Amino acid sequence: MLAKRIIPCLDVTDGRVVKGVNFTELRDAGDPVEIARRYDEQGADELTFLDITATSDNRGLILHIIEAVASQVFIPLTVGGGVREVADVRRLLNAGADKVSMNSSAVANPQLVYDAAHKHGSQCIVVAIDAKQVAPGKWEVFTHGGRKATGLDAIEWAKKMEQLGAGEILLTSMDRDGTKSGFDLGLTRGVSDAISIPVIASGGVGGLQDLADGIKLGKADAVLAASIFHYGQHTVQEAKQFMAQQGIPMRLA
Amino acid sequence: MNKIVVVDYGMGNLRSVAQALRAVAPEADVVISGEVADIESADRIVLPGQGAMPDCMRSLRESGVQDALLAASRSKPLMGVCIGEQMLFERSEEGHAAGLGLLPGEVVRFQLDGMLQEDGSRFKVPQMGWNQVQQSAAHPMWQDIPDNSYFYFVHSYFARPSVAEHTVGVTVYGAPFSCAVARDNIFATQFHPEKSAAAGLQLYKNFVHWSP
Repeated sequence: MLAKRIIPCLDVTDGRVVKGVNFTELRDAGDPVEIARRYDEQGADELTFLDITATSDNRGLILHIIEAVASQVFIPLTVGGGVREVADVRRLLNAGADKVSMNSSAVANPQLVYDAAHKHGSQCIVVAIDAKQVAPGKWEVFTHGGRKATGLDAIEWAKKMEQLGAGEILLTSMDRDGTKSGFDLGLTRGVSDAISIPVIASGGVGGLQDLADGIKLGKADAVLAASIFHYGQHTVQEAKQFMAQQGIPMRLA
Repeated sequence: MNKIVVVDYGMGNLRSVAQALRAVAPEADVVISGEVADIESADRIVLPGQGAMPDCMRSLRESGVQDALLAASRSKPLMGVCIGEQMLFERSEEGHAAGLGLLPGEVVRFQLDGMLQEDGSRFKVPQMGWNQVQQSAAHPMWQDIPDNSYFYFVHSYFARPSVAEHTVGVTVYGAPFSCAVARDNIFATQFHPEKSAAAGLQLYKNFVHWSP
């Protein structure tokens, strides 16, 4: 049976892994290669790297990090942040990324998703959606690290991205991100039920039950978390065993 | 010297495949190449592939290595991965593309619309993630890999061999499908061993030492 995935997320800036609260207040969490290797040993199913302060100036840094990680860690790697054109996708894939995630640039230029998916295949195109609840059962897409409202409905936007060729949706609740109060399960369920491509739930994990709820109640295909793993609160292996005990299919080492 | 050529025809995650081979066979000469001379002088060949099969087949034809690859496939150990597996077959539903025809059969798409998984969630296509591989037939390439190990999959299409004996691995996603095939000196997988942690590295290690 296809296992549900646990994906530790490494926010990277200036070559280091950091963790923020509600997209601000960054704290240093360590060396990317070292952390990636540790998560691989713990049984992480994939790793996601988000270049959270990506600019053309430091583009080379994340490429270098991905090259270093990909030479030592043999699980799928997703990279996002600052992807503006199809050539960026090519560069990241060449550096060793398996999937490339787009967020603000997909909103600014949806054609980019179509072009990238048709050039490199849907399997490597992830669209990241940062969403904030604006009314009961309604969420709006935000961009630029959560600073800019778009007026787009998150569920409709996810459907459109699937139509344009996205292979996966990385769905972050901005209301929950960094709060440790659990995923926004309404948002997760709403998007997962609306589309036929996998959904990764993100934003708000405070404990292991939150991860299990994302799968069981949110119907996510994968769950992403950062701080509970970075600061040693839980290992990935502990999380997987906990979820397996709740009847969730997991790849246990 | 064991020279392993990862065929470069402009499609696929060649670097990951080469790095996995180097990790398990530091003594081997692992070369990423789209040169006919390299394919002719190779001891073993890995054919990767990513994206859409029609694009992969077109790139393979236009790269000029198709004939050398077909010649090598008659005798040298050849490992196909993902679209590199699908291309070994006669044809694909995807864009009605013709394949290399090294294995009889066709490549078809998952038909899981409206079907629900056991937990009530939708079957997603592509199948993306780790799934178990049942070793449906014994094969030297399975050495030291526990039956039902998890491997990493990312795909919307899969091969349906017309000769049942060519299937050596089966995975269930909605229904059982053939995820590993073999004939003589050819072995190929739908999943990505280079992204499948220890089990995947063991498979590449077995390939490096395989004497069909």
